Amino acid sequence: MTLILNEETRMVRDTALDFFRERSPILALRKLRDDSDPDGFDRALWRQMAELGWTGFLVSEDYGGSGFGVTGLGQAMEAAGRTLAATPLLSTALLGASLLDLGGSAGQKDEYLAPLVAGNLIVALALEESARHAPHRIATIADDSCHLTGEKRFVLDGHIADLLIVVARDSEGIGLYLVDPRAPGVTRTRTTMVDSRNASIVTLQHAPAERLGGGTALLDTVLDRARACLAAEMLGSATEAFERTVQYLKDRKQFGVQIGTFQALKHRAAQMFCEIEVTRSAVVAALSALDEQRPDAAALISLAKAKANDTIYLCGNEGVQMHGGIGMTDEHEIGFFLKRARVAQATFGDSVFHRDRYATLMGY
Amino acid sequence: MTDFAAFRQETRAWLEANCPPAMRTWMPEDEQVAGGKRASYVRPEQKIWLDRMAAKGWTAPTWPTRYGGGGLSAEEATVLDEEMQDLGCRTPLRGMGLSMLGPTLLEYGTEEQRQTHIPKIVTGEIRWCQGYSEPGSGSDLASLSTRAVLQGEHFLVNGHKIWTSNAHLSDWIFCLVRTDPTVRKHDGISFLLIDMNDPGVRPRPIKLISGKSVFCETFFENVQVPASHLVGQLNKGWTIAKRLLEHERKGIGGIGARAAAKFETPPEAVAKMHLGEIDGKVADPVLRDRLAAYSMDAAAFQLTRRRAAEEAESGAPPGPLSAMFKYYATELNKRRYETILESEGFQGLGWEGEGFADDELRFTREWLRSKANSIEGGTSEIQLNIIAKRVLGLPD
Repeated sequence: MTLILNEETRMVRDTALDFFRERSPILALRKLRDDSDPDGFDRALWRQMAELGWTGFLVSEDYGGSGFGVTGLGQAMEAAGRTLAATPLLSTALLGASLLDLGGSAGQKDEYLAPLVAGNLIVALALEESARHAPHRIATIADDSCHLTGEKRFVLDGHIADLLIVVARDSEGIGLYLVDPRAPGVTRTRTTMVDSRNASIVTLQHAPAERLGGGTALLDTVLDRARACLAAEMLGSATEAFERTVQYLKDRKQFGVQIGTFQALKHRAAQMFCEIEVTRSAVVAALSALDEQRPDAAALISLAKAKANDTIYLCGNEGVQMHGGIGMTDEHEIGFFLKRARVAQATFGDSVFHRDRYATLMGY
Repeated sequence: MTDFAAFRQETRAWLEANCPPAMRTWMPEDEQVAGGKRASYVRPEQKIWLDRMAAKGWTAPTWPTRYGGGGLSAEEATVLDEEMQDLGCRTPLRGMGLSMLGPTLLEYGTEEQRQTHIPKIVTGEIRWCQGYSEPGSGSDLASLSTRAVLQGEHFLVNGHKIWTSNAHLSDWIFCLVRTDPTVRKHDGISFLLIDMNDPGVRPRPIKLISGKSVFCETFFENVQVPASHLVGQLNKGWTIAKRLLEHERKGIGGIGARAAAKFETPPEAVAKMHLGEIDGKVADPVLRDRLAAYSMDAAAFQLTRRRAAEEAESGAPPGPLSAMFKYYATELNKRRYETILESEGFQGLGWEGEGFADDELRFTREWLRSKANSIEGGTSEIQLNIIAKRVLGLPD
């Protein structure tokens, strides 16, 4: 397992950093929010991201992707995290692409993967049913005629999805089902989230569905990819919040001096630096372990997500506190990091979830 | 790659043939070998193992062979370390000569100083200690006042050092001394090597909260030190002092990554033993969560050490990042023993004697010993200052 990026992956990272800084600064998220944008993301920007190949990183070459891997997509997501870009990278390029590529029949792949890679198909995973991440606690039922009944919450990009992948319980256990969101029996309610990103409640009332291959094992594999890449995104956001805060400590003057001269602030800034460095190691290890299909990947992923949760929480909260009064205002951007942190922490497992999973995996 | 495979095979074969079985066991603290003229050995295998490793230069694997070192590349040294860990071989020799003074002399010493001192560090013939802190100069180390006055061919040294670890068992001491009291405090310090055989050097052990006396205070009264024992230039000792501290912090930052890890009882096992288990899980969910939080931070930190090693060019001296390692490792080590004691409950409260297992008593002492980790070698607060200044560029 290597903990440094190779040349190709570094190129993806650098391209992505430039891309988001230039084309999707935090101002873009603010605009989506203030305009109550019906899509909640920028379709033109999404097609540009598809042109850069990111939608095909987890799709095999036979279906128009590059199979470049999780570490590559993690770089794009870390860069997106820097500017809090609202994109379907997680819902579609990661979850949708992975589930279809690994679980789809030849016919399903033919139908969906090409438009997905081209940036013309948005996919959403309808998984959660309770108040917190519980991937195996599923009450939604798939009956013998392949119709689904149940209610899904916190469906990321649910209201704009062209295809839903629904986790439901059937006679064999937990299965994955493709659902046309415009089919009878499907109701989608967009929820306005604190981080201004897309999520929905999806209600299924005897909704027609089509079985996707794979069950719990596939779901767990793909969720692990999502956790690792989301951790990368969160690392990007935490790093950005931290760097902006350190800059503020150098710019802001009180009592006639830069506030960065105060030891009470210096020490906390140094602690944030340590946590970011340690989180970065865990994230790189998790991404690398996934690409190498190492047996300890699951533990490393829980490690990465738990550390990313704690670190983005720290940097978001300290960021606002150290900015003082201006940090409380909507006009200043630091508050966007605090809001995003809370949502990202809850997505695919908070720290309590991942500490429990880590301990179980390690045999205690 | 094939070269390293061959080296790995050779190394393993040599270790298997030469490391006595008694040296492939868990090493109690009183069996750590630090060498020196006052060295005592609990069992003869300690000395045999030391001599065999020293003869190959593998007590200092990466030092040049002309000074008795192993002459290994960084990669080869890693292979040696991994094979020793895998076989559970004890570290044959430890001490401040190996971890701090040697690297400093290789960088700043004269050829004569290197020839005189380094081979004896490698073989463990001479044990070194560190004369840095003073009663009035702790975190503000550069305010030190032990005086060295150059009189012809000698310095005359007078003063009082403290926290001189194992001074009472050491042969030589490397010291920071004030050679010019009239200039800015950082500009009047020199780095001096002093033979502790001089009757004017008097070490006195200090009893610590752990009940042990690894630290001393050391008094200097009219000690004559040959001028040739000055390392670097007169009054330019602060630069050397800081570089040596980077080596020291790197060493302290390595806590938990030593060969002994193979025999160490992990906190998870302690927790299961004292709290019981349900379906393979530690029975108390709150302590289990806290334990996982500790273990995960420790795992992420180990990955960070690995990442830094991969990132650093082989042989590059440790930089400001060593402040982060020192800070994080010592805070983690304190948490490790807090977690263990919390799991042990009443069994973690024994001082000595009946009613407690050996491990339980040892953990209690280690818990107390760990409190020094974030103080010695520069407190955690000093490390955070260094990160803020040198890494983050925050203003003074």
